[in-house]
Amino acid sequence: MTTIARPVGTPLSRRPDDPVVGTPLPHESAVLHVTGQALYTDDLVGRTSNVLHAHPVQAPHAHATITGLDVAAAYDVPGVVRVLTDADVPGTNDAGVKHDEPLFPTEVMYHGHAICWVLGESLEAARQGAAAVRATYAELPALLTVEEAIAAASFQGARPTLARGDSAAGMGRAARVFEGVTSFAGQEHFYLETHCSLALVDENGQVFVQSSTQHPTETQEIVAHVLSVPSHAVTVQCLRMGGGFGGKEMQPHGLAAVAALGATLTGRPVRVRLTRAQDMTMTGKRHGFHAAWTAGFDADGLFTALEATLTSDGGWSLDLSEPVLSRAMCHVDNAYWIPDITVHGRIARTHKTSQTAFRGFGGPQGMLVIEDIIGRCAPALGIDPAELRRRNFYAEGQATPYGQPVRHPGRLLAAWEQVAGTSSLAARRAEIDRWNGRERHRKRGIAITPVKFGISFNLTAFNQAGALVHVYKDGSVLVTHGGTEMGQGLHTKMLQVAATALRVPLERVRLAPTRTDKVPNTSATAASASADLNGGAVKDACEQILGRLEPIRDQLRDPSWEELVAAAYRERVQLWAAGFYKTEGLSWDAAAMSGHPFKYFAYGAAVSEVEVDGFTGAYTTRRVDIVHDVGDSLSPLVDLGQIEGGFVQGAGWLTLEDLRWDVSDGPGRGRLTTQAASTYKLPSFSELPEQFHVALLDEAHEDGVVYGSKAVGEPPLMLALSVREALRDACAAFGPAGHSVELASPATPEAVYWALCAARAAGRAS
Amino acid sequence: MAEIVVNGRPRDLTGVPPHTNVLDFLRAAGLTGAKEGCAEGECGACAVMVARPAADGSEAAEWTAINSCLVPAAALDGQEVVTAEGLGAPGALHPVQQELAARGGSQCGYCTPGFVCSMGAEYYRADRAPAGDGGPRDQYHGANGFDLHAISGNLCRCTGYRPIKDAAFALGFPPADDVIGLRRTAAAPAAMATELRGDEATYVRPASLAEALYLLGEDAGAVVVAGSTDWGVDVNLRGRRGGLVIAVDRLPELRGFSVTDAEVRMGAALTLTEIDRRLAGRLPLVSALIAQFGSRLIRNSATLGGNLGTGSPIGDAPPGLLALEASVVLASAEGSRTLPLADYFTGYRESTRRPDELITEVVVPRPVSGLTAFHKIAKRPFDDISSVAVGYALDLVDGVVRRARIGLGGVAAMPIRALATEAALEGRPWTAETVDAASAVLAAEGTPISDQRASAAYRSAMLGQSIRKLFAEATP
Repeated sequence: MTTIARPVGTPLSRRPDDPVVGTPLPHESAVLHVTGQALYTDDLVGRTSNVLHAHPVQAPHAHATITGLDVAAAYDVPGVVRVLTDADVPGTNDAGVKHDEPLFPTEVMYHGHAICWVLGESLEAARQGAAAVRATYAELPALLTVEEAIAAASFQGARPTLARGDSAAGMGRAARVFEGVTSFAGQEHFYLETHCSLALVDENGQVFVQSSTQHPTETQEIVAHVLSVPSHAVTVQCLRMGGGFGGKEMQPHGLAAVAALGATLTGRPVRVRLTRAQDMTMTGKRHGFHAAWTAGFDADGLFTALEATLTSDGGWSLDLSEPVLSRAMCHVDNAYWIPDITVHGRIARTHKTSQTAFRGFGGPQGMLVIEDIIGRCAPALGIDPAELRRRNFYAEGQATPYGQPVRHPGRLLAAWEQVAGTSSLAARRAEIDRWNGRERHRKRGIAITPVKFGISFNLTAFNQAGALVHVYKDGSVLVTHGGTEMGQGLHTKMLQVAATALRVPLERVRLAPTRTDKVPNTSATAASASADLNGGAVKDACEQILGRLEPIRDQLRDPSWEELVAAAYRERVQLWAAGFYKTEGLSWDAAAMSGHPFKYFAYGAAVSEVEVDGFTGAYTTRRVDIVHDVGDSLSPLVDLGQIEGGFVQGAGWLTLEDLRWDVSDGPGRGRLTTQAASTYKLPSFSELPEQFHVALLDEAHEDGVVYGSKAVGEPPLMLALSVREALRDACAAFGPAGHSVELASPATPEAVYWALCAARAAGRAS
Repeated sequence: MAEIVVNGRPRDLTGVPPHTNVLDFLRAAGLTGAKEGCAEGECGACAVMVARPAADGSEAAEWTAINSCLVPAAALDGQEVVTAEGLGAPGALHPVQQELAARGGSQCGYCTPGFVCSMGAEYYRADRAPAGDGGPRDQYHGANGFDLHAISGNLCRCTGYRPIKDAAFALGFPPADDVIGLRRTAAAPAAMATELRGDEATYVRPASLAEALYLLGEDAGAVVVAGSTDWGVDVNLRGRRGGLVIAVDRLPELRGFSVTDAEVRMGAALTLTEIDRRLAGRLPLVSALIAQFGSRLIRNSATLGGNLGTGSPIGDAPPGLLALEASVVLASAEGSRTLPLADYFTGYRESTRRPDELITEVVVPRPVSGLTAFHKIAKRPFDDISSVAVGYALDLVDGVVRRARIGLGGVAAMPIRALATEAALEGRPWTAETVDAASAVLAAEGTPISDQRASAAYRSAMLGQSIRKLFAEATP
């Protein structure tokens, strides 16, 4: 009996011979990037004549009623053209989709809240005009921290519960039960390009907004409702962004609306570009969380139950806080089977910027909680944390707490074992223990952590995408799709998908900027899913065209692409197509917190080693090894970049980036004190691991996803939890065996210092 | 006519407001490669290359990367600038651009032109030598001699830096016919005497020290700038415009450098990069503090005179210079005086410098103590501001601390000497017991505060730990 080799995968995932996907290619704009030719929204200002510049008036209180607003003095400043206030809004005075974000507020909800905007012939004039505006305020009490909000019962939005089984009974079965609180900070996106919008109005009143937005359709909708015009009267375009990371998913809308309103009122192009300080004080960040938890383990160290209450710091309005919370709750299990579980979620309302999407979208927060639990409980259980993690992995046939079966758990194990092997984890563990025994003032730590991250938007409706593919008579191809490019390489992948699907050389395909009048009703470029979704849509459009070309091909003898296209045109065959894709098999009941919200899970595992200076708490990351699952990579160089970059960004969140607000009762209460690059430190070259090895998981073909690939934007960020756990391990080495290290997040040198001091103190006490 | 030569083409400065920085000037001219990321010299997205006299003091020009957001356009009157657009173009990429593009060194691309310029300057560094030819070899140096510190002031939020590092380490050396490389064989453009008037402010680059001192004597409110790394931040972030801004960075009298057995004299307007290169390790404490001072982009502009002139309590130079018992030379139209640095600071950003005085030199007496060190506590090793900084200069004779000088930053309203700790050390044996006792004294020096960088408790703890660390590292 012979075995017939069947092609791998489904029609969507199967690759033809010699595909362009899978080729390691530089970013499609790399040459433009390095030569300074790549244009970002603000670069268009110099190419646009007669532009007005906008500057906000920012309130100096965290919470206050505006009792007076006198803008007359602004008009005395030479060059000031117009002051925009709430009286100018023809439509809905709201910058969001939840109708809780007045664009021009009557109540100041956070320090730096923009209460009106001044338009000037120059930015200098607008700035001076804004300084001349006289506003008076009646101050109100402000809640700054999650703890303050919890004490005041200040919550907003839904309060979901995710539960399976009977967690109380699970605790009853436990050999050991631990309780704790895990609080951790948010993160500033710090995309290098701050928010920017440039709005123009044409002779018909059609508004054209170029915006640094990850969500052009929603920007279009918000601009339309502020102006009280239908969506077809507003076009939004995004050439590219200088980074987004989720920070440009919801936050650009109000800024685009200000530009559009100004352009409508003055008839002139209006530019809204935030300075770094404005961007940091006015726009939302990753949510910090407070988690109170109780965890039960049996005698073998297996979870019996988990009970947790996750409270996110939502800031002043809802924004995306509800879906972020949902994703956090859906990732509190990370890679681990927890039979009985109850997780409550709630969103604190505080007088801070409205916290928003940030790469991982709650996933990192959920995973931090469970990894912190394991890291703290392992010493008490007397089990090596790596072993404790490994023991609790999902097995085939098990489902998540929200009821979705965990498909391919073996791939997680494969990634884990591969990286443990290539990093020589066991040998280095022993070597580090010996080294720590010799060194008094420095200690090293090593840790391995897993990632299981669900791909798809929790809200099923968002899992759709469109594309428009034009084949011109000369055989050249122009692709437009609904996703935006922010550096993640989406356009590169889409070029590769189109070239593969049409079976043409990459050079024949060009990508047009994202705009809402080409592809409508798009979802945000978010949730890592844009290559899956838009790739499906591009492939669909290409296949429609190919299908129409097939009869022509049959009439010709081995035609070149150009001959085929030319012949098809003569035969009056439509050479362009609109493609569409929706992810099949998804369901989600937001009230019950159950269903099948994810198409699949992306897996990965990382081993990190750090060295900590016992005098100062300063540390270096000596080596990082990663094995990550991207399915069959669409674009290996792009994926490698996403893994490395996501990891370093995650390490920044967990170790270095330190958002601070003034929580004193002084006059500056509520002010963001880290509102500049000089006070908010991102990873720089000094945080690059000395050795950094990244491998893609083999044999990872994903059925039912475009060309067998997997999403990559967000999952690797959470691999950085290994750095945090390695720091915990190093701190523990300063203390006695069995000491449980509590480590603040971010684990700055100061936080590490206090943790290692506590370990030393435990040693002296014992 | 005032003009800047940008990528080989003169660009007129007429009508440019005095506060306009080079970045905005370039962008208004349609050169949008340089980007604003922070407007305070912390991110490097605005980096450009300027032709400067070589940092080692030789005749040749040197391509030097600076943050264009901090420097007034007026400051570059008569100077030559190269931007990413000038280094190469699609179809004719510069080697730096080629390596970055091919290796995935750009993702969103916004920081990339700045990286290109910082890397370009290092590519053209005349004394860059392969590791095999005596160049250093560590994690921060490639086999091609490329020093990653050259890009320590460039932030990338996307890549995680690994591909940028690989691109840097893959670079070769400029070919003989490289036009930008050849520019280095002739002298750098001379400084131009400049006066640029605007509605609110006037920018003047006086032709001589005498003229500078005259202007300073006439206008007590004048702002003195050298590299503008502090003033540029005030202009960009705090909207300060100044009345009269006087540029002193190219005055020959402020750019002297000499080393004798008795002292090292360093011109107040030498950049930190120039000082480091010319010292060539002869004051290890100063080299150590310069290595941790801002980023290369900042050090290419910042000066000792500026660091002492602004009088910030968290400046990195004062703790080291206090330990070395440095003096400052202050000049005015009436003459000059030399003042111990310990007597210079009087309060928060206040000093004994009169409004009509200019810092012209910093003098460090020699020989220098046998045990010197600079400890800087910050969140990030590259390009961060001190939470606490400690400079040490200890003389150990036969195992006894004969003399101790300790300078502190970040623990009081001004840089201070740790006098009580010095007393606790002097005359005592350099032993763990002495260090334990001194550590307790040192931890109580100053009046540290809690802020966004560190808590007061951590600052005090770091003082106490610092001398323990010094002892541990000096006692193998």
